[in-house]
Amino acid sequence: MSAEQDQILDQVTSNEYKYGFYTDIELETLPKGLSEDIIRMLSAKKKEPEFLLESRLKAFRHWQTMKMPEWSHLKLPEINYQDIIYYAAPKQKAKLKSLNEVDPELLATFEKLGIPLEEQKQLTGVAVDAVMDSVSVKTTFRETLAELGIIFCSFSEAVQEHPDLVQKHMGSVVPYTDNYFAALNSAVFSDGSFCYIPKGVRCPMELSTYFRINAANTGQFERTLIVAEDDSYVSYLEGCTAPQRDENQLHAAIVEIVAMENAEVKYSTVQNWYPGDKNGKGGIYNFVTKRGICKGDNSKISWTQVETGSAITWKYPSCILKGDNTTGEFYSVAVTNNHQQADTGTKMIHIGKNSRSTIISKGISAGQSQNSYRGLVKVLKNAHNVRNFTQCDSLLLGDMCGAHTFPYIEVDNETAIIEHEATTSKIGEDQIFYCNQRGIDTENAIGLIINGYAKEVLNKLPMEFAVEAQKLLQISLEGSVG
Amino acid sequence: MLNIKNLHVAIEGKEILKGIDLTVKLGEIHAIMGPNGSGKSTLAAVLAGRDLYEVTEGEVTFEGEDLLELSPEDRARKGIFLGFQYPVEIPGVSMVNFMKTAINEQRKFNNLQPISATDFLKLMREKKEVVEITSNLTNRSVNEGFSGGEKKKNEIFQMAMLDPKLAILDETDSGLDIDALRIVANGVNKLRREDNATIVITHYQRLLEHIIPDYVHVLYRGKIVKSSGKELALELEEKGYDWLKEE
Ligand SMILES: Nc1ncnc2c1ncn2[C@@H]1O[C@H](COP(=O)(O)OP(=O)(O)OP(=O)(O)O)[C@@H](O)[C@H]1O
Ligand SMILES: [Mg+2]
Repeated sequence: MSAEQDQILDQVTSNEYKYGFYTDIELETLPKGLSEDIIRMLSAKKKEPEFLLESRLKAFRHWQTMKMPEWSHLKLPEINYQDIIYYAAPKQKAKLKSLNEVDPELLATFEKLGIPLEEQKQLTGVAVDAVMDSVSVKTTFRETLAELGIIFCSFSEAVQEHPDLVQKHMGSVVPYTDNYFAALNSAVFSDGSFCYIPKGVRCPMELSTYFRINAANTGQFERTLIVAEDDSYVSYLEGCTAPQRDENQLHAAIVEIVAMENAEVKYSTVQNWYPGDKNGKGGIYNFVTKRGICKGDNSKISWTQVETGSAITWKYPSCILKGDNTTGEFYSVAVTNNHQQADTGTKMIHIGKNSRSTIISKGISAGQSQNSYRGLVKVLKNAHNVRNFTQCDSLLLGDMCGAHTFPYIEVDNETAIIEHEATTSKIGEDQIFYCNQRGIDTENAIGLIINGYAKEVLNKLPMEFAVEAQKLLQISLEGSVG
Repeated sequence: MLNIKNLHVAIEGKEILKGIDLTVKLGEIHAIMGPNGSGKSTLAAVLAGRDLYEVTEGEVTFEGEDLLELSPEDRARKGIFLGFQYPVEIPGVSMVNFMKTAINEQRKFNNLQPISATDFLKLMREKKEVVEITSNLTNRSVNEGFSGGEKKKNEIFQMAMLDPKLAILDETDSGLDIDALRIVANGVNKLRREDNATIVITHYQRLLEHIIPDYVHVLYRGKIVKSSGKELALELEEKGYDWLKEE
């Protein structure tokens, strides 16, 4: 590549995080550190039922026996779990009925992100459950949903108002024994979202949450549970950006999805947490366990994700295809830049007969980043006629980044048809020049080419999210020049 | 409008163009012919601003301005269009999106508002007719999976959309069947005006039966060894290039 293009590439790929700011909201916090006492205090503060405290303590005891996992392609820093605050809630008195009652500072924050709640609400018909630091601040469209019997609220509220549902499903997909971070989350999770679609109901609007990590030193341990009963449908959106911060922040969330017979759940994520500065300092560590189970026959779970943020991402949204004729899908775009590291992919566990899965993964690496796809397709003995199609593409910008692909295939039933395709490409300078020659500068050319490359995945996102995601891809790889 | 003086160009230290002089005026069509490897595409690429090539000597002005100082995108926005000999594929980027971006960049450069969706669609429809594109090529990704001929047609379509002042067509005729050749030539002729100019690079005089050039130049080993009227093309077809060696 020519010197000038190198320079431009360098410029656009070393763009610093655009959404750096944080809001000054009074916090009510527990002291730093992790112990049974802290967990008891946390649980008491949240007025939790006994079963939940017990399950937290069980998870904590188990976690203490575990070791932080090691992975070949992630360089993990030492994390001091005693230096983290496990509970911080924005101080707010009563429940709020309208946006006017929301802390103006908070609204301003959303404004800066270009996500004015009010507009979102009116223009897109999206019910927004805004989660800011651990505690749900605002829930909208609750009544409309309630009429259909749909429950969409913060996890804490669900614990208070629907403890039976929580007790029945929580941990049924991701048990606390699953992995180190799942155990940690199960012990100390603060809040998150809960969504319940009753039998036969199609949720008429996209359900959406915006998560933000905001308070200094507040590890964030979200917990999301989505339950779709027989013949129901829901599309759920999760999106986030975080303020620029200097110290590393840990994020270890759990998302569980249960899809019963004929149910369909679409889960879309646009993730843009602070990735650290150009030199790799700061940034969020994102260790998430996301898993769905297609429990009933003919059910379907579809994960779509656009990952641009975080210093370190470790994330494998997975599907357990338990019922017969079930479908699991995973569509992912993961961008890494500067010193970011991402190890992401999916697991498709085929248990039911005629179960199908599709995996489309698009990695884009720039700067000195490392981008890995790690995927498991597992077919159990009694799962007849399973089909899987996996396509795994990597796009490199520049010569200093890395892309890696680790497909694992374990098949115990010979009727399975498993297809795997993988490509690695570079943005060609002839492509860039072609755009230049049509009057499109190099920066926009890269944006155009990247969005083209990721199109298959972006197309799976709900409309309003797709636009946001496109912008995000451009922003995360380009400077704000001009 | 275009003035090339004593242009020397090298790639990786190897001199490819060895002193080109060429003047193109408004309303003119120039044909450049010459054997393989003589430097025709190099000349076209240098005019378009490809920085793979190093200009070691000489100057180029476009409408009185030093062309070599401008970035490739600014040259394009000022009205220089290159029809590529080998158009590249850009997977996933729709022609519609690509053209809209290109047109809006040009408009922004000229301090105009972005084109409205309806105007754009109208323009597309109009220009598709110029190159007789009936299929839905424009709904597909840029050049992706296009046949050789379709790619060339697509270049002329883009030219029609962008309405350049100076179009440089690098072997736009090669790989075209007889009908496509006529269509492409017609397209060029329809776009021809008193306030623009065209340079066609070709190996075949049959194109020049459709697009009548004012001048024909022969590029040979990095130099223009002969310039004359349209009859030169016929002569070349008959005799090949060897006889020029002696001259
Ligand atoms: N990127 C490059 N690297 C090295 N040599 C090059 C490069 N581009 C062109 N050349 C050389 O420069 C010379 C001129 O090439 P150019 O493509 O301009 O020829 P041309 O006249 O267009 O030929 P053709 O009729 O085959 O299209 C050739 O010898 C070619 O090998
Ligand atoms: Mg050539």
